[in-house]
Amino acid sequence: MPVIDYANPSRFVALADRVLPWLMGATLLAFALGIWSAYLAPDDYQQGATVKIMFIHVPAAWLGTFGWVLMSAAALGTLVWRHPLADVAAKAAAPIGAAFTLMCLVTGSLWGRPMWGTYWVWDARLTSVLVLFIMYLGVIALWRTIEEPARAAKVVAVLTLVGAINIPIIKFSVDWWNTLHQPASVLRLGGSTIHPTILLPLITSLVAFTLLFLTLHLAAMRNEIMRRRVRTMLMMQADARA
Amino acid sequence: MTMDLGPHAAFIVTAYAAAIVIVAGLIVWVIADRRHLARALDELDAQGIARRSQGASKEKP
Amino acid sequence: MTALAAMLVRDMRLAVRVGGGALIGVLFFLIVVTLTPFAIGPDLALLARIGPAILWLGALLANLLALDRLIAMDHEDGSLDLILMARAPLELALAAKALAHWLTTGLPLVIAAPLLGLLLNLDPAATGAVALTLLAGTPALTFIGLIGAALTVALRRGGLLLAILVLPLTIPVLIFGVAASNAAIVGPVPFGAPFSILCALTLTSLAIGPFAAAVAVRQGLD
Repeated sequence: MPVIDYANPSRFVALADRVLPWLMGATLLAFALGIWSAYLAPDDYQQGATVKIMFIHVPAAWLGTFGWVLMSAAALGTLVWRHPLADVAAKAAAPIGAAFTLMCLVTGSLWGRPMWGTYWVWDARLTSVLVLFIMYLGVIALWRTIEEPARAAKVVAVLTLVGAINIPIIKFSVDWWNTLHQPASVLRLGGSTIHPTILLPLITSLVAFTLLFLTLHLAAMRNEIMRRRVRTMLMMQADARA
Repeated sequence: MTMDLGPHAAFIVTAYAAAIVIVAGLIVWVIADRRHLARALDELDAQGIARRSQGASKEKP
Repeated sequence: MTALAAMLVRDMRLAVRVGGGALIGVLFFLIVVTLTPFAIGPDLALLARIGPAILWLGALLANLLALDRLIAMDHEDGSLDLILMARAPLELALAAKALAHWLTTGLPLVIAAPLLGLLLNLDPAATGAVALTLLAGTPALTFIGLIGAALTVALRRGGLLLAILVLPLTIPVLIFGVAASNAAIVGPVPFGAPFSILCALTLTSLAIGPFAAAVAVRQGLD
């Protein structure tokens, strides 16, 4: 069955129904592995046990930015190719991305207090992630304010693409400016600078959280398709009565 | 936890608790939303509102 | 080109009329600058140090005020449909509107800034620096605001949402505007570095704003 067939919402729902149990299982398995390896991970020489916060903070940061990238790709799908499921994908991703960005800010703040002595500092990375969170809330507000889903999707798509400029700023802010936040240590030229005993649990955690995101996103997309059906049916009902 | 989390244990525990709360919130939202929508669809189906058939379906994006 | 000149003149005329919002922006600017010493205290040394920041924040917020009228008013009375059907490209029409907005709202803020600088105990060098950065940066605020106005064009009470959407995008302009002002006053960073980035931001917004806004207007009116 060619991929384009899944552009049909009904077929997509059928596919989602089949795939979701497997995704959920994989997520649970990955989390079990992740929690076990995080438990066993050694304390950091400088940071002690607080390094374990990294296993939730880094995946949250990754998913927060990944969410916006996903929304941007969906925005292109809406504006350029008019793909029917692009709108659904974008709308479903927004609350999930916002939640993980919030998790990033909260866990980072709690990690910063013992390590840097402060809950917050206005350096480039923290500020740009905070701005990302505010932009997520703006997108969610826009989705809710424009009543008709098709029109909302197009307007949100423009906003998403304009806001995408923030993503490279977040990624490279620690390189461009002298910041309190530590520079890139996982994805960088020359390989990671983290020791394997901590890197492995981190990678496991990243995989687990990403699977969680995909599971939630797929389920939310399914919900969104159902929501639009309900709306259409209510409109037909109102028409019939009129 | 039986392991020693060092002098900053409170921060570590709070951070993990926050993560659990946020993830749980997301899961609850998705599940509750689905239940609510499924019920709405069932009610509308029971009232006999016909949905456009699957093959010819061109759902408004 | 005559069509765009006509659009420019029309928008400017509408803006300076009663209820148009041109001078209200300056009044709001004055009020914000007046309010800050009530909140911060009358310590003149402190006010002089944060003066550039207060002026920039005031200009940013005052600029925001007239934005929701920018396109929505035309949408309400039907002129937007005429603009869409006209021969001139929508992008240029929106650029002309944004230019009119800057001339009637942004530029008065730039002119008012030195006078308000007196209230904040800024010395002439500081005042000059702030005015120059505002001159370079307010077009960016207008053209970024144009995008927000386009996104919320069809919403009835989109004013507050407009602010929420526009403000995060204007943060870089604010950062470099204040950085350039402070660089001129205290150094050690040379004024040129943040100022060039500010100019770059403005030029980028001049280029991208009308296009993004046109897409948003077309999609929002479908």
